[in-house]
Amino acid sequence: MSDSTASLVGDARTRALKRFNLGDRAFHLITKSAAVAVLLLLGGVIASLIHGSAPALSEFGFGFLTSEAWNPVTEKFGAAPAIYGTLLTSFIALLIAAPVGFGIAVFLTEICPFPLRRPIGIAIELLAGIPSIIYGIWGMFVLAPVLQATLQPWLIAGFADIPILNDLFAGPPYGIGIFTASIILSIMILPLIASISRDVFATVPTVLKEAAFGVGCTRWEVVRRIVMPYTGAGLVGGVMLALGRALGETMAVTFVIGNAHKIHASILGPGTTISATIANEFTEADGVLYTSSLIALGLVLFVITFIVLAASRLMLARLKRQEGR
Amino acid sequence: MSLASIRKARSAIAMGACIGSAVLGIAALALILGALLWNGFSSLNLDVFAKMTPPPGASGGLLNAIVGSLIMTIMGVAIGAPLGLLAGTYMAEYGRYSKLTTLVRFINDILLSAPSIVIGLFVYEITVLQMGHFSAYAGALALALLVVPVVVRTTEDMLNLVPGGLREAAIAMGLPRSLIIRHIAYKAARAGLITGLLLAVARVSGETAPLLFTALNNQFFSTNLNAPMASLPVVIFQFAMSPYKDWQSLAWAGALLITTAVLVLSIGARILGAQKTFK
Repeated sequence: MSDSTASLVGDARTRALKRFNLGDRAFHLITKSAAVAVLLLLGGVIASLIHGSAPALSEFGFGFLTSEAWNPVTEKFGAAPAIYGTLLTSFIALLIAAPVGFGIAVFLTEICPFPLRRPIGIAIELLAGIPSIIYGIWGMFVLAPVLQATLQPWLIAGFADIPILNDLFAGPPYGIGIFTASIILSIMILPLIASISRDVFATVPTVLKEAAFGVGCTRWEVVRRIVMPYTGAGLVGGVMLALGRALGETMAVTFVIGNAHKIHASILGPGTTISATIANEFTEADGVLYTSSLIALGLVLFVITFIVLAASRLMLARLKRQEGR
Repeated sequence: MSLASIRKARSAIAMGACIGSAVLGIAALALILGALLWNGFSSLNLDVFAKMTPPPGASGGLLNAIVGSLIMTIMGVAIGAPLGLLAGTYMAEYGRYSKLTTLVRFINDILLSAPSIVIGLFVYEITVLQMGHFSAYAGALALALLVVPVVVRTTEDMLNLVPGGLREAAIAMGLPRSLIIRHIAYKAARAGLITGLLLAVARVSGETAPLLFTALNNQFFSTNLNAPMASLPVVIFQFAMSPYKDWQSLAWAGALLITTAVLVLSIGARILGAQKTFK
């Protein structure tokens, strides 16, 4: 082999290496900017919400959060009824869905016969993916009339003589309202809580459970004293994740909430939530202040869900670290 | 009664309650699906696929809404999926242990569950307000922003499952990093990546809230991307809330179509995901 061919081969080699190097750097840069774009997306959402809500916030100040007024004609807006409705519906939904979800998870991990575990688990996961509008339409056409005819009159009559509770369940039975919305929400987040709790329960080392059974614990005592304490952070994280979903849920609630900007003592009455207000009124809003107030509501919702979701992720991450150890 | 039998009774009651809650949960979900199938199939006919959304009191179908949904979903995925794929690639391949990845993963997880209506407000601000009118572009962009977190998440998870040995073998042969990722890692994780894509499509095909004030609605057939466009979820919302019987039954038919599509997509994703798993 002569010197010239050797240097030619060397040249081709260098050029190829250079090309590889260049392509590698370019790909690295492109993927990295895509990752940064995800961060910018969140930043952009926050910035645009602040920008959009500026007119309303400078007009009403902090009073926006506490005012009960919502009058497009006189352009007086306050977020209190919507915030109240959002928090109350999500709270009641959790109160119903968390115990039932835990129950399903215990059933799936402890009681259910093995051949049935996978199909039931898959069914629950599939149901978590059903769009919220389906829950909404069902709530309006099927659940609300049933509640109006049965459960609600019964609650109103049953608690009529008990103080405090008779204010909570005061009549007339509208069918739609805070209570119905809460029930729809609880059914919606149920698959989420059940599947996360099941995954979390599955992280408990079998040895721990067997040891507890070995010293004579009953099944319930194993669940209560071993499984639940071991998975505490994960359970709370899962519930908070579900809470984050419930707070921001729009369509399922919008159908059945009644859209009334009032704070009632009775949970059977119509109310509103932040997302339902935006969904119902945004396209019809005219005037800078009206639109801006709705965007300000969106900002409030985003801040609340951000805090809840961040807390939930931190808790779930802690469990993962614990598991890895 | 002895202590042991009290404890046994308590355990039996608690386990009974667990079985009860499982029955309750499954019954509630079965009731929803039952009502959906019953009402959906009784309003489903050929007109649903062949005719436009009708004015109140007339008969019609959902053709323009179905087409609109397909167009905006495809566009949304076409915009959102590549971005998510690249970001996920960085997180799993180049910066697996970097601080940036930890931060992006945290933010992405939050975006994954963030209220979609807020994304709608964001897109309204940056597109509808600037362009001065509602458009299918805005709707597709809103859906794209919802696709990104899903694809980022699955891409990162799936690439992390690709065995390191494969990459090392390729490095030993002198392949540069970018080629390893594109020709080895993507190929090994292909089933998982497609699973993520299907899940993302399933996620956005039922989304209503972000379309309400981006793509708005359109009573007529339109493929003009610069004009308002009908979509199944928005039409369902409008028709179900209306007092007209014809509209309400069309809403049920639409609800059945969406649910079927979502379930088929997620079952497909599941089958594909189960085919090839690295452990």
